[in-house]
Amino acid sequence: MEDFHIASIVVSMIRNAPVLMFAAMAGLFAERSGVVDIGLEGKILASAFVSASVAYVTQNPWLGILAGVGVSSALAMVQAFVSITQKGNQLVCGIAINIAMSGLTFVLAQFFFHEGGRTPDLREARLFDVTLPGTELLSNIPFIGWLYGHVIGGQSVLVYLAFLLVPVVHWTIYHSRFGLRLRACGENPHAADAAGVSVERTRYLAMLVAGVLCSFSGAYLAIVQSGFFLRDMSAGAGYLALSTLVFGNWRPLHTVLGCLMFGLFGAIQIQLEGVELPVVGSIPGSLVQMIPYVVTVIVLAGLMAKSVAPKAIGKPFVKSR
Amino acid sequence: MQPAVEFRNISKAFGAVQANADVSFSIAKGSIHGVIGENGAGKSTLMSILYGYYNADSGQVLIDGQAQDIRTSNEAIALGIGMVHQHFMLVENMTVLDNVMLGNEGGFKLAAHRAGVEAKLREICERYRLDVDPLATVHDLSVGAQQRVEILKQIYRSANILILDEPTAVLTAQETASLFEILRLFKEQGKTIILITHKLQEIMEITDEVTVMRAGRVVGAVKTPETSKEQLANMMVGRPIQSELPRAPYNPGAEVLKVSNIQLKDANGVALLSDIDFTLRAGEVVAIAGVSGNGQSELLEILSGMRLPTSGKVEFLGRDLPYAGRANADGLPATFRKLGIGHVPEDRLRDGVIKDFSVMQNTVFGYQDHVKNRWGLFDFRKIAQRCAGLMQAFDVRPNNPDLRIGLLSGGNQQKVVIAREVAARPKMMLVGQPTRGVDIGTIESIHTQLLRLRDEGVAILLSSVELEEVRALADRILVMSGGRITGILPIDEFDTTRIGLLMGGLHKS
Amino acid sequence: MKKTELPRWATGFALPILNLLSALLVAGLVIHLLGESPSESLHILIDSAILDPEGLGYTLFYASTFIFAGLAVSIAMQAGLFNIGAEGQMYVGGLGLTLAVLAFDAHLPGWLMIPVAMIGAALFGALWSFLPGYLQAKRGSHVVVTTIMFNFIAASLMNYVILKMIPEGQQNPASRVFADSASLPLLNKIFPVFGDTPLNISFLLAIAALVVYGVIVWRSSWGYKLRATGLNTHAAHYAGVRIDRMIIVTMLASGALAGLGAVNSVMGSTHYLSLNFPAGAGFVGIAIALMGRQHPVGIFLSSVLFGALIQGGFDLSLEKPNIPQETFIFIQGLIILFCGAMENFYAPALLKLINLTRTSKEA
Repeated sequence: MEDFHIASIVVSMIRNAPVLMFAAMAGLFAERSGVVDIGLEGKILASAFVSASVAYVTQNPWLGILAGVGVSSALAMVQAFVSITQKGNQLVCGIAINIAMSGLTFVLAQFFFHEGGRTPDLREARLFDVTLPGTELLSNIPFIGWLYGHVIGGQSVLVYLAFLLVPVVHWTIYHSRFGLRLRACGENPHAADAAGVSVERTRYLAMLVAGVLCSFSGAYLAIVQSGFFLRDMSAGAGYLALSTLVFGNWRPLHTVLGCLMFGLFGAIQIQLEGVELPVVGSIPGSLVQMIPYVVTVIVLAGLMAKSVAPKAIGKPFVKSR
Repeated sequence: MQPAVEFRNISKAFGAVQANADVSFSIAKGSIHGVIGENGAGKSTLMSILYGYYNADSGQVLIDGQAQDIRTSNEAIALGIGMVHQHFMLVENMTVLDNVMLGNEGGFKLAAHRAGVEAKLREICERYRLDVDPLATVHDLSVGAQQRVEILKQIYRSANILILDEPTAVLTAQETASLFEILRLFKEQGKTIILITHKLQEIMEITDEVTVMRAGRVVGAVKTPETSKEQLANMMVGRPIQSELPRAPYNPGAEVLKVSNIQLKDANGVALLSDIDFTLRAGEVVAIAGVSGNGQSELLEILSGMRLPTSGKVEFLGRDLPYAGRANADGLPATFRKLGIGHVPEDRLRDGVIKDFSVMQNTVFGYQDHVKNRWGLFDFRKIAQRCAGLMQAFDVRPNNPDLRIGLLSGGNQQKVVIAREVAARPKMMLVGQPTRGVDIGTIESIHTQLLRLRDEGVAILLSSVELEEVRALADRILVMSGGRITGILPIDEFDTTRIGLLMGGLHKS
Repeated sequence: MKKTELPRWATGFALPILNLLSALLVAGLVIHLLGESPSESLHILIDSAILDPEGLGYTLFYASTFIFAGLAVSIAMQAGLFNIGAEGQMYVGGLGLTLAVLAFDAHLPGWLMIPVAMIGAALFGALWSFLPGYLQAKRGSHVVVTTIMFNFIAASLMNYVILKMIPEGQQNPASRVFADSASLPLLNKIFPVFGDTPLNISFLLAIAALVVYGVIVWRSSWGYKLRATGLNTHAAHYAGVRIDRMIIVTMLASGALAGLGAVNSVMGSTHYLSLNFPAGAGFVGIAIALMGRQHPVGIFLSSVLFGALIQGGFDLSLEKPNIPQETFIFIQGLIILFCGAMENFYAPALLKLINLTRTSKEA
C-alpha cells in the first residue's frame, strides 16, 4: 500500500514539474541577461488560452502550441521594448501584463466560445502519453517495469521536451557565445559594452527566448494537463518559477531541482487530502497548498541558501560615457 | 622615427568647463610616458579622446604619424590602442579566459576556441611574466591580479600602445613593483606605454618622459632623468592665489575633536584609512589636502556619522562619539547633528539635497525633526521666513524658494546647503570639497562664509583637492595619501613643493 | 532657450492624461474587435455609473474600497516600495474585523463595535504586511515577490479559516451574519437620492483617510522623511533617516490601510466574511496609485473612475454579453502599463512640442 503511494507521488511530481520548468527556464534567460521577468504569469495564461483555442479550432495540438509560442513571444517583445528601449519600470510592466492577460484571456474565451470564459474540451486534440517500445515486455519485472513504463515512459511529449531542454539550456548558458554574452550583460553590462557586445540586442534576444520557453508552460497546462483553458489557470506558477530561480541561484540544474521540489509538494498535497497522520491528524488541503509559497518566502529570506542574483538585474543599461 | 602618438592642439569642452585646452605633445615609440596632474587637470579626458570615448572639439590625434579620426573604442582597438581603466571592466564571476573571450569568441561554440585562446594567453603570461591563471575566476583574484587580467586582455588584442589610468591607486607596494617589471618588459618588446598618475615617486621610477597638465593645459614636458620630484610637484600644483581674504588672527579655543587611531577596512579587507590621529580646536580651519580617492571622503563620512569606522575612537566635546555596538550607521547622522556637528557633503546631489524637492524644502533637510510642532507637523510660515532670511543672507539666486533645487546652478545649490548647516549653529562643521562644481564668482563668497564661521568660534574640518583653496582657508593643513596622514603643517609652513610631495605619496622625511 | 526638462504641468497633468487616453484607446480597439461600438459602450457606462443616481451610489461604494487600496499602495510607493500584497492584506484585514465582530457584536453598541472592528481590520492588515517589510529592511528580500507570495498564502489560509467558520447547516461558504451593531450606517439615509445602494459611511472615512494621508505625507516631518527615502536613499541617510525603520513602518501603514479597505464590503454590504471578498481590489489599488500618482486628489479621481468602470462594466456586461466584467481587468492592466511602466513614453514628443512652440514664439 505504501509503495503505491510513493509511486504515484513520483509520477505526479514528474507530471507537475514541466509547468514550472518551462517558466523557470524562461525566467532564467531573461534574468541572467539583467531583465526582471515578473510577467511570466501573463505569458503563461496568454499561451494557454491561444494554444487551447487554436488546437480546438484546428483539431491539431501542434498548431496550438505554435500559436502559443507566437503570442507569448509577442508579449515578451512588448516587455522588452518597455524594459530595454523605454527603460521603464520592469516590475510594473510585468504586473501590468499579468493583470491585462488575466482579463483579456477570459474575455476572448467568452467571445469565441461562449462557455463562460473557458475553451471547449480538446478531447482527441490533446497530446497523449507516449508509450515507449517494449513497455509490455518489461511490465512484469517489479521495479524496472514500473520505472520504464510509468516514469520514463508514459509521459507526454512536452514532458520529454521539458527534461531534454534542461541540458540544452545548461549548455547554451555556459558553453555558447550567446550564453557568455548573456551572462556578461547580467553581471556587468559596462564590461560587455566595453568588449563590443550590444547589451540591448542581447537582452532583446534573451526576452525572445524567454517568450518561447514560457509558452510551452501554458501549452502544457491547457493541452496536456487539462485539455482546455480555464480562467487564471496558471495559479501563480509564474511567480513560483521566479522563486525556483532564487532557490537554484539562477543556475539551470539547481533551478530544475527547485521545480521538481515544488512538483513534489503538489503531488503530496493531493495524497495528503484526508489522510490521518500520526500526531497532527489530517492536514487540511488548503494548508498544504500553502507550502510552496511559504517555502518561497523562506528561500527569499535567505534562510535556505545564500542566493546571489545577477548583479545588474532590474537596472536599465545606460551607457556611461 | 615617428612618435607612437601625437596630440596636436586638442581642445574639448563639456558645457562651461574646458577640460582640454590646446593640448599638444608627442609620445615616443617604445617609451614609457607619464602624464601627471591633479584632479581636473584634463588627463583622463585626453586619454578618453585617444581611446574613442569622446571626440575632440578641435585638434588632431596622430598615430604613427598618420592623422586618425577615432570615433569608437573598437576603432582605437583596431589601431592597436589598449586602455586599462581605473575601474576594471571585468565580469567578476567568470574566469579570466571567459573575460578575454567576451566579444571575441570566435564562433558559436565556445569550446572549439577555448583551448586555442587559453594557449595564447599562457604564452602571453609567460612572455610578460603576468602570472595569471587563465582558468581562475576573477573575483578570487587579488586586485593586482585583476589589473594584470585587464593588461592581458589588451595584449591579447594586439595592443601596441597601452594606456594605464592611475594603475597603482589600488595596488600594494609589492604589486606596484610587479607591475613595473611588466611594463619594463613591454618596453623591451617595443610597446609604448602611457602612464596616467598623480604619484611623483612612480613617475621618477619608471617613466622616460613626463608631460605635466594643469587646468586642461600642458604646463611642462620634460625628460624624467633631467627633472626632479620637486620640479614636477611645482608644475603640477602651480602658483597659489595671491589675494588673501580677511580673517581674524589665529587664536584657537578649546579642543573640540580628537581622532584616535581610526582604521577603516572595506568588505574585502582592503585598508581605506590607517592610523588616523589628529585634533581640531574651536575657531580654527583644518584643511585636508590630497588627490581625491586617498581616504578623505571616507574620513568625513565617519566623522559625520554616515559610516562606521572598523576601529578607533573619536571624542567630540569630551565625549566619545557613539560608534560602538552598532551593526551599521542607520540613523546615526541624526544623532551627530543633535550633538552639534554640521556636514556639507562632498557629493551634493547624491547625499546633500533632494533634487526634486524645492529650495525651501531643502533648507530643512537633515533638520526636519527640529522644525516640527508637537503634532509632528511643519510650521510652514516659520520655515518660509527662515528660508527667505537664509536665501538673502547667502545671496541664493534665483530668489525663488519654491523652485526645484535641481534647477539651480551648482554654486547656488551649495550656498543653500551651507546656509542650512550654518543656520543650525553647529560647534563643528565638516565640509567636503566646498567649491566642487561651483562657478568662480561664487567661490569667493563661500570662502568668506567659511572664514566668518571660523571667526565666530566654529571648528571647521574641510577637505579639498584644490591646493589654492587649502591655502586660502586653512590655519593648519593635513595632507593625506593612500589612506594615511602623510603630514600636518601650520599655514605659515605652506610650501607647494613640500605639499605636492606629501600628496604624491611621499611620507614626511 | 531650449528646455531639457518637462515643466511641472506636463509631468503632473499632461502626461498622465495622455497615458490614460492611450490605455482607453487600446481598450476601445479591443471592444471594437469584439464587435461592439466603443462610443456606445462608453455611453452606457457613463449613463449607468455617473448619470443614474443609484448607479452613482454604487460607483462611490466601490470607490470607497479602492481609495483605501490606492492609499495602501501609494504610501508604500512614496518610500520606493512596490506593495503588490494589498489584496492579501485586505483579505486578512477582513478576518481581523470579523473576529472582533463575532466576539463582541452581541455585547457592544454600534458606535463602539464599529471602531473596534475597524481597529481589528487595520491590525490584521498590518500584521500581513509586516513580514515582507521586515525581510526587505533587514535581509534585502524583494518586497514584490514576498508580498505576492503572501497573497497566495492568505488565499489558502483564509480558505481554511472561513470553511471553519461556516455555521451549522449553512451552504454559503461564509461566516455567520453579523448582528446589526456591526452594520455600517448607509448614506442613503442622508442622501435618499442614492436609492437602494450599499453606499455607507466608509465613503466618508475614505475621504477622511485621503485628507489624513495628504496632511501626513506633505505636512509632517515623518512624511518628509518618507518622501526623501523614496526619492534618494543615500541623501535620506545623510539627513539622519533610519532607513530600516522607515521601510518597516511604511509597510505596516500600507497593510493597515489595505486592511481598512475590507470594512466597506464586509461590514457595509455583505455583513459576513466570505471567500475571496476582495475580488481583485488590492490589484486595482496598484492601478490607482500609478494613475493617481500617489496624490490624494489623483487617488480620489482614479478610484471614482475605477468605481465607474466596475459599476458601468456590470451594466454593460448585462447589455452586451461580449463585454463581460473581466474586460475591466484587462483595462486595469493597460492602465498600469501606460501610467506605470510607460509613463514617460510621450515625454520626448511633448518636450519637442514645447520647444517648437517656444522657438516659434521667440521668432
